[in-house]
Amino acid sequence: MKNLFATKKGIFAVGIFIGLIAVVLQKMGNPANMGVCVACFCRDIAGALGLHRAAVVQYMRPEIIGFVLGSMAAAFAFKEFKPRAGSAPVVRFVLGFFAAIGALVFLGCPWRALLRLAGGDMNALAGIAGLVAGIWIGILFIKSGYNLGRSQTTYASAGLIMPAVMVGLLILAMVQPQLATGPALFSSKEGPGSMHAPLFLSLAAGLVIGILAQRTRFCTVGAVRDVILVRDFYLMLGVAGLVAGAFIGNLVFGQFHPGMIGQPIAHTDTLWNFAGMVLAGLAFTLAGGCPGRQLFMSGEGDGDAAVFVFGLLAGAAFAHNFGIAASGKGIGEWSALFVTIGLASCITIGLTMRKKI
Amino acid sequence: MERIDARGLSCPQPVVLTKNHIDKIGSGEFEIIVDTGTARDNISRLAGNCGWAAAVRNDGEDIVLTLKK
Repeated sequence: MKNLFATKKGIFAVGIFIGLIAVVLQKMGNPANMGVCVACFCRDIAGALGLHRAAVVQYMRPEIIGFVLGSMAAAFAFKEFKPRAGSAPVVRFVLGFFAAIGALVFLGCPWRALLRLAGGDMNALAGIAGLVAGIWIGILFIKSGYNLGRSQTTYASAGLIMPAVMVGLLILAMVQPQLATGPALFSSKEGPGSMHAPLFLSLAAGLVIGILAQRTRFCTVGAVRDVILVRDFYLMLGVAGLVAGAFIGNLVFGQFHPGMIGQPIAHTDTLWNFAGMVLAGLAFTLAGGCPGRQLFMSGEGDGDAAVFVFGLLAGAAFAHNFGIAASGKGIGEWSALFVTIGLASCITIGLTMRKKI
Repeated sequence: MERIDARGLSCPQPVVLTKNHIDKIGSGEFEIIVDTGTARDNISRLAGNCGWAAAVRNDGEDIVLTLKK
């Protein structure tokens, strides 16, 4: 069956739709300029699970759950569920770890960078510039032979592990079980973790985005990478649609506030906004896709993408446990140190993992 | 006919392999095997952008693209 979504018009329309959904989620309670943010939301999930104890950013974000399950549903429906794994998973875990760190120094994954831009947050420009720079560095490594080796087809149950984990998280979110000590899940009473759209709306939005993104192969990092690498603008059309849709939605809802100072859940440290996203962009490129794409691929049965996602969760938790994550007040005590360590690590990975396939 | 195996490779390797080969031979015919719809779509698009024709056929679990110019 022909994939009608995976056309230039299709992905542009999907991009607009995703941008609008994100803005609606913001209107319905998600934090400002954060209708969807894979890094922030994985950090919130890490918080809900107690992997970190930053009280203002703990919430079981249904959007992430929807991304995986929606993608899985689309993959099964269109016979694209392909359980596969085995392409240097420990490296992918480390890439996910440092990608989260880089993104949390900027305070957003590429999706949020685009939403912040569409909301008028001019600090996002430094982040986007950094993202492009990081992707460009990653492409240098790819052109010189970097690759993590082939994955192998594996058991269906192995490919279903991430979806199963997401179902488990959803059950926790819906049931809100109690332990003797109190609620099992952590849930912010104030701050960004307390700002969320109703569960079913977030879940529905995530599912719809998961389905559409799986069909179109939506990827914010691939968008930049493909323009640089092969002058192909297909994925970039999706990104353009997302920015356009979110921008229009923000105008309609009065959520567009241009400027640099006092932007919501953002800081003005241009250097580290840039550098954090260089790290994130490089890590995503070495891993084969943006964090949204990794979630969608894990829904398709990709166990290597699933490991990257676990790396994101670990990195996000680590970032908040060790003063690496930034805040509206600026970068953390160890932000600069760990962005530097991350860049050194990713460059080492890029340099030492090259060979003829 | 030359056959390139791009199965199990992460984005953007299948496209990179195809592009490298296209640049190397300039014209002719070759096959490239992939195992995901994404890789199939990406290579088809690359072929079109570079002026090559791409024929797609399934081969069990795999997808074989025959590129010709």
